[in-house]
Amino acid sequence: MAIFVDESTKVVVQGITGRDGGFHSSQMLAYGTKIVAGVTPGRGGQTFEDKVPVYDTVKAAVEEQGANTSVIFVPPFGAAGAIYEAADAGCKLIVCITEGVPTVDMVKVMPYLEERGVRLIGPNCPGLLAPGIAKLGILPTSIVKEGPVGLVSRSGTLTYEVVYQLTAAGLGQTTCLGIGGDPVIGTNFLDAIKAFNEDDKTEAFVMIGEIGGDAEEQAADYIKAHVKKPVVSFIAGQTAPPGKRMGHAGAIVSGGSGTAAEKIKALEAAGVPVAERPMDIVPRLQEIWKP
Amino acid sequence: MNIHEYQAKEIFISHGLPVPGGKVATTVDQAVTLAEEFGLPVMVKSQVLTGGRGKAGGVKFCESLDDVRQNAEKIIGLDIKGHIVQKVLITPAVDIESEYYLGMLIDRNTKRILVMASAEGGVEIEQVAKDTPELIFKETVDPRYGLLDHEAMDLGMRLCPTDIKKARQLGAALQKLYKAFVAADASLAEINPFIFTPEGKGLAIDAKVNLDDNALFRHPDYEALRDLDEEDPSERAAREADLSFVKLEGNVGCLVNGAGLAMATMDLVKYYGGQPANFLDIGGSSNPEKVVNALTIILSDSEVKAILFNIFGGITRCDDVANGIIQATQQMDIKVPIVVRLTGTNEEEARKLLAKTDLVPAETMDEAVQKANELAGA
Repeated sequence: MAIFVDESTKVVVQGITGRDGGFHSSQMLAYGTKIVAGVTPGRGGQTFEDKVPVYDTVKAAVEEQGANTSVIFVPPFGAAGAIYEAADAGCKLIVCITEGVPTVDMVKVMPYLEERGVRLIGPNCPGLLAPGIAKLGILPTSIVKEGPVGLVSRSGTLTYEVVYQLTAAGLGQTTCLGIGGDPVIGTNFLDAIKAFNEDDKTEAFVMIGEIGGDAEEQAADYIKAHVKKPVVSFIAGQTAPPGKRMGHAGAIVSGGSGTAAEKIKALEAAGVPVAERPMDIVPRLQEIWKP
Repeated sequence: MNIHEYQAKEIFISHGLPVPGGKVATTVDQAVTLAEEFGLPVMVKSQVLTGGRGKAGGVKFCESLDDVRQNAEKIIGLDIKGHIVQKVLITPAVDIESEYYLGMLIDRNTKRILVMASAEGGVEIEQVAKDTPELIFKETVDPRYGLLDHEAMDLGMRLCPTDIKKARQLGAALQKLYKAFVAADASLAEINPFIFTPEGKGLAIDAKVNLDDNALFRHPDYEALRDLDEEDPSERAAREADLSFVKLEGNVGCLVNGAGLAMATMDLVKYYGGQPANFLDIGGSSNPEKVVNALTIILSDSEVKAILFNIFGGITRCDDVANGIIQATQQMDIKVPIVVRLTGTNEEEARKLLAKTDLVPAETMDEAVQKANELAGA
């Protein structure tokens, strides 16, 4: 098993005919992900790679192909609109890869999703990859391996770096999840940690945080109170200057809060070992857990 | 993007918030002329993108034109936390009977806009939040309805329980500030202080607005608000080249793909005793032009003694990235050593390509950082 996806996941890709959407749809298909439809308004009736039907609307993709999950690759100005459309059509899981979505748009989207019981991952995220089950997003499949470790991260390539090291150490993954680096995101650390904690197949997990906000501190509180599984963490941005946005819109130390030091302190107080360097994550995990 | 007080006040005025008049001067003579125009007394307020202007001597009350001249002379050119004052706002001074803090921001936890208000106006709100959090009143806004009348009124009454007229003005100001926040795509908006004159007139006498960079595409007019004097030249060049870049004080230039990995790379440079010269996320592209732009920006800093590429090739293949780096470095005349670490898809092929060049290869992130630090003389 994995978190958030299973064998019944049927994907519609919004923006399947775009450059990025097309490239990553091919990669997802090659991994065996069930992409049942694509959506690009005005391209209804075409097929993608001679096998995936393209529709003008998500509603048609859901009605005719039974899609229940959407992966979004539309430009920032249309991303919020695409999320509303997928939720309205009945998708219960939406993964928004798009980078650069205005924060106010995301604030407005949230109650719409909450009312409909829709889970959003992202925006501005690499999505998730459940080895052997499905890939929803852009994580590289070459570095993953099936196994018992869960991984959740706010970053993209730093996630790949850690997955690569896990796999090299023979530690496969149940799910690798990138939740995104924006200030307002759907699924946060807390949601992911609850899911990993409840997932039978996940025996231990890794949490990769970064500066900005206090999601890591909240996760630490939850772990302390509810999680018995081994958890190891890493926090990026220990040397970031305050007041500067470090790439991700959410990665900013403001008014003295959101610092790496505070996050590390909270995690360590919750009994979560925090690796000093990315290369220490796997050894720290092996210190406290044997598969 | 952060904007100046006078620019934030223009946004406030367009949403009906009460703001005293004011105009910007860039010279002492202009400042004096404006003071004459408004009538004395006036405030001379430095316009720099940092806090603590008052403490640094950048905000002065002036009763005479001589005062204005002397203070403008002192303030224009003043260094406030590394920001050199280029402009001053001249604004009529008003008598203050009471001061309030009105503000709002994006709350990551509730995923909503959070309105905050306090009767402890005119002081640093971070300090109030730390020492006496119970004196800050909060309201989480449902974005479907905005800040409702009764919510605004409730905040107004809590701020000023004894005077319904003032409570109403405070509530109305909060609703207007909320509308301005949403319309401008702000990430932070503050009035500190919102004051009442002895006659009971409410005024926003200071203003702070940070704009969401992600939303600038739908506000083309805001591009004119960008103060190029306040931006580091290398950060401006990076923005124009669509690269995510932050200049730091150090000598190891870093080019990394992905923001999280870029931060972790900076951290590792420091861990091994070096000083990163910058944060730079080059993104997923192996395009040589982008690499040339990034290298040009990093090398414009003469402090940079070594360059470190740390690339994790996931979807982008390492051999493509290696080719991009090789092409870019061949086009340029680079005097400092370049360490390249490429891991991920096709890393073997990439290593073979690099072996034919002067670039210094490294297999792991740690090895790359240590080599770069050593070459930078750290």
